Amino acid sequence: MKILVPVKRVPDPDTKIRLKPDGSSIDLDGVKFSINPFDAIALEEALRIKEQLGAAEIVAVSIGGEECVEQLRVGLAMGADRAMLVKTPEELDPLAIAKVLKAIYLREQPDFVLMGKQAIDDDSNQAGQMLAAMLNIGQSTFVSKLELLENNTKARCGRETDAGIETMTVKLPAIITTDLRLNEPRYVSLPGIMKAKKKPLEEVALSELNVATTSRTQVLKLERPPQRKSGVRVKTVDELVQKLKHEAKVI
Amino acid sequence: MPNILVLAEHDNGQLKLATLSAVAFAARAVQDTGGSFLILVIGENIIGTAEALRNYGASQVLTADHAQLKNPVSDKYAQVIAGVVKDFGVTMVAGAASTFSKDILPRAAALLDAGMLSDVTELRQDGDEFIFRRVMFAGNVIATVKLAGSIKFLTIRPAAFAHPEKGPESSALKSIPVEADKLPAFIEYGGCEAKASGRPDSTEARVVVSGGRAIKNLEDFERLIGGLADALGGAIGSSRALVDSGITPNSLQVGQTGKIVAPDLYIAVGISGAIQHLAGIKDAKVIVAINKDAEAPIFEVADFGLVGDAYQILPELTEKLRK
Repeated sequence: MKILVPVKRVPDPDTKIRLKPDGSSIDLDGVKFSINPFDAIALEEALRIKEQLGAAEIVAVSIGGEECVEQLRVGLAMGADRAMLVKTPEELDPLAIAKVLKAIYLREQPDFVLMGKQAIDDDSNQAGQMLAAMLNIGQSTFVSKLELLENNTKARCGRETDAGIETMTVKLPAIITTDLRLNEPRYVSLPGIMKAKKKPLEEVALSELNVATTSRTQVLKLERPPQRKSGVRVKTVDELVQKLKHEAKVI
Repeated sequence: MPNILVLAEHDNGQLKLATLSAVAFAARAVQDTGGSFLILVIGENIIGTAEALRNYGASQVLTADHAQLKNPVSDKYAQVIAGVVKDFGVTMVAGAASTFSKDILPRAAALLDAGMLSDVTELRQDGDEFIFRRVMFAGNVIATVKLAGSIKFLTIRPAAFAHPEKGPESSALKSIPVEADKLPAFIEYGGCEAKASGRPDSTEARVVVSGGRAIKNLEDFERLIGGLADALGGAIGSSRALVDSGITPNSLQVGQTGKIVAPDLYIAVGISGAIQHLAGIKDAKVIVAINKDAEAPIFEVADFGLVGDAYQILPELTEKLRK
């Protein structure tokens, strides 16, 4: 069994995001980066499946600049068997990312793909679904429970939808996108880091893949949202009720 | 001229109100351009849902009604949408930013090689082009963006577009033929865990009462948070801390990784106000914070703050609001 796990390099979730004064981009000065947390959950799930089955090959793939090697090394230290960086000079939008992943998928022919439901930087939540459409295979998004069935030809998934947990079964191969509660990713261990140094990390030039990756999305400006002002403190329940009824008029 | 398709969302025929925000978006987009918009309802026995959408100015309300489409499965729904886009010359597809649309619309977009923007909060026109605003980084950044291509897909943040008024019933109804044997069958739907209560959904309610770490167990949550919500006819919500400790189910979580709510009144009880929680409530009109810790960050965004113990304040507040 082979599982492909795309991982994105993103600003660490605990980093406070600052913008450049002209609003042209995020101010990356001094920002710490990590694997997109949802992708780390996807990788953890792939590792658990490997542990359960006894044998599987887990391939982590990232798309971006040379700096993504840092996150791929973390992925290898967590337990991925090999890694691949598709080098791109510029940031790609989800449709372009899905096209690149399609090319990688066709090269690698995995049994399925596990990836985060969204990246915590652009919050698009599109690439997995787009990849599934392009490959004409099934998808299961927002997955918080995953179980392989019928000799690994199907996956039964619990999906975190707005209405509650939905259960569905998808034929494999498929794209499975992971939600927060699927698992808690392991920390990398020192032996893991040492081993990762010897694992293969292949770099692929975007031009090798023959994919048209012009991004459709053009960002014109970034701004901070208007901040809510803090209001008043009330001392008693009566005062609160009065304010809600007569001042805010919401009840 | 734009020809917009709005994807309606429903729960077994019961219209999800967030659909109306996507309708409001479409109505605004065609307002100054002379274009028009269509609404598409997919499902089984959905004529009632379609009827309920005839008063909002769509040129047509389309139905794809078939037993194979009874449940929202992305493979089949995306193919139906892509077919309608081709057959009706649609230039833009919009749905509410819900798990339903987020599952299905990117798949449909890719079938048409179309780009997509998620969580759109604003649009304006620049000559022949639309310029959009959308939220990123858990609501901490607003991006102004253009999207190229002859077909565009969008999801709309419900809080950003007020529901339109009902007009005269004017939209024509049209049933779309469904070629069931040509629909993909990668996915088998297995059902959805029923909702816990008769309370409204927190994404649609006018009032949401949420509980956090201060609430010690499910019984207390139901009595204090549920009790206040019921007194106000509101929905209940929960912080991530309470979900993670197993007291409340995932489906109640409000915040960046849970539900984004925008009620008239949001009452945060015993919630400290982590960034990820605040990201889910910043569009609420009025925020009330009740917390023992006077230094809790929730007070920095609350319109009205009351320092004190939820176990004492809530019964009193519930009693006084019931009158």
